[in-house]
Amino acid sequence: MISTIEMARRIRVESLKMVARARASHIGGALSMSDLLGVLYAKILQVNPKDAEWQERDRFILSKGHSTVAVYAALALRGFISPKELETYAQDGSRLMAHVSHKVPGVEFSTGSLGHGLPFGVGRALAAKRLNRDWRVFVLLSDGELNEGSNWESILFAPQHRLDNLVAIIDYNKIQSLGSVVDIMDLHPLADKFRSFRWAVREIDGHNHDEILEALTSVPWETGRPSVLIAHTVKGKGVDFMENLLQWHYSTPKPEQLELALAQLEIKI
Amino acid sequence: MRTAFIEQLIIDARINPRIFLVVGDLGYSVVEPFANEFPNRFLNAGVAEQNMTGVAAGLAAEGYHVFTYSIGNFPTLRCLEQIRNDVVYHGLPVTVVAVGAGLAYGSLGHSHHAIQDIAIMRSLGEIGIWTPSDPGEARACVKHLSVNPRPSYLRLGKAGEPKLHEIVWDNGSPLQIRGGDSDLAIVACGSILENALKAADLLDRIGIRVTVFSCPKVHPLSIKDVSVLAGFRRLAVVEEHLESGGLFSALHEKMHRTMREGQLMLSIALSSSVLGRVGSQSYLREIGGLGPDSIAAKIFEWKSSL
Repeated sequence: MISTIEMARRIRVESLKMVARARASHIGGALSMSDLLGVLYAKILQVNPKDAEWQERDRFILSKGHSTVAVYAALALRGFISPKELETYAQDGSRLMAHVSHKVPGVEFSTGSLGHGLPFGVGRALAAKRLNRDWRVFVLLSDGELNEGSNWESILFAPQHRLDNLVAIIDYNKIQSLGSVVDIMDLHPLADKFRSFRWAVREIDGHNHDEILEALTSVPWETGRPSVLIAHTVKGKGVDFMENLLQWHYSTPKPEQLELALAQLEIKI
Repeated sequence: MRTAFIEQLIIDARINPRIFLVVGDLGYSVVEPFANEFPNRFLNAGVAEQNMTGVAAGLAAEGYHVFTYSIGNFPTLRCLEQIRNDVVYHGLPVTVVAVGAGLAYGSLGHSHHAIQDIAIMRSLGEIGIWTPSDPGEARACVKHLSVNPRPSYLRLGKAGEPKLHEIVWDNGSPLQIRGGDSDLAIVACGSILENALKAADLLDRIGIRVTVFSCPKVHPLSIKDVSVLAGFRRLAVVEEHLESGGLFSALHEKMHRTMREGQLMLSIALSSSVLGRVGSQSYLREIGGLGPDSIAAKIFEWKSSL
């Protein structure tokens, strides 16, 4: 297995290439969560590329479905799909839809409309409890997505049912669709909100692999409580001219920008 | 009808360990027997229909056949996108159950009048829609759904609906409830069938003997499903729902390409004048044009004008 650092680097590289090739959007949020995915797919998730439907696998759900390129990249790097298939991303007839698709091996759930992943993940976590199974459910959400009321229904529900097999990860990159989180629907104090809803909460630097690894290897942090990992991240992380800019929620890198970005990630096209 | 539903669900759950009931904090004095007998397959999800439906999809993805239960528009319109994306798109076995079809909660007002739901749910495509007319049909629908787990919507009346017929069915095709000797048939779905049968009685008194069908399955309809209606030159479609997108639309969409010359359909649906009005179900049915007299008069005028 490659290191978490190398996994994250390759996720970024493949994500950039996919978005550029398809002239697609949403690279900023894919880059902000690449380190989280690198650790998840290299070290945390108990999954089997040879048997994507393996019953005892951990369930990973991407609720911020628009950032799917990073998940497709991770799945290719883990052998669920071929690296060659990444070239079809968002092309006519491809199964690699530009919002995460359950038709791709290794993907549990299609999302795209925000606020759907957590309720679904809660249902799967509840099923594990009712069926006395040990697998866990990880749901990766965006910060802007927390504007959706459906999430707060789930945030109330999960502790009520003692779903300590559920881990919500917030990619808290501080920028949502039309501006800064703080200017649109400020989430502060986010950790306190979750604590008051009876979740076990940790806040980390979402680009520090030691912190991510330590947090995710030690779940559940409190018996009987769901865990939420608030990962402070930088939108566009890893490519200096994309970092912290709203523009990269939308823009497609031009060929010379792609070259520059890949050079920063130390790889040739 | 809700009692028939829960009784049949309990019977089916005894032999089918995948049946799971999720309620949206509703079902007082209805759902308790299920909760008591199957505590590990029962959940009160609280007053949170979006989460309820997402949770149901999650449970269904792990192998359960989940019945979500609430009233009126709450389990359908409040969480429509969860039904569309989470349940239907993923093809998961979730049956959405709504109690209070049409104007059953008449005095509770506009929020509780389920009179657009068939149109909206039907437009989702790959979802079965079942609208039993009496407790016997409700039981048959549950039995059918229990062995055919897929995205589905079960539209129930409330309580105390009379038994309207003894006819047994298995696949939900229109059932002939009453025979006639004219070329005219009434097709109805849901408990408004009672008024359709009363209208048939009234027409009978003036020598017009119409055939009456109940149509418990509204969607999807196949050509085969509607073949029993093909022989009638005139079909009056009665439904406790606004005209747009309901049973009339469903039948017309399926039949119009194969209708014979001179074959005609009449929609007898709720008039929009019922919107915002309050009262008992029978009062509102009258206002909306679905009292037995109104139904009979519309059919008589229609027949006379042709």
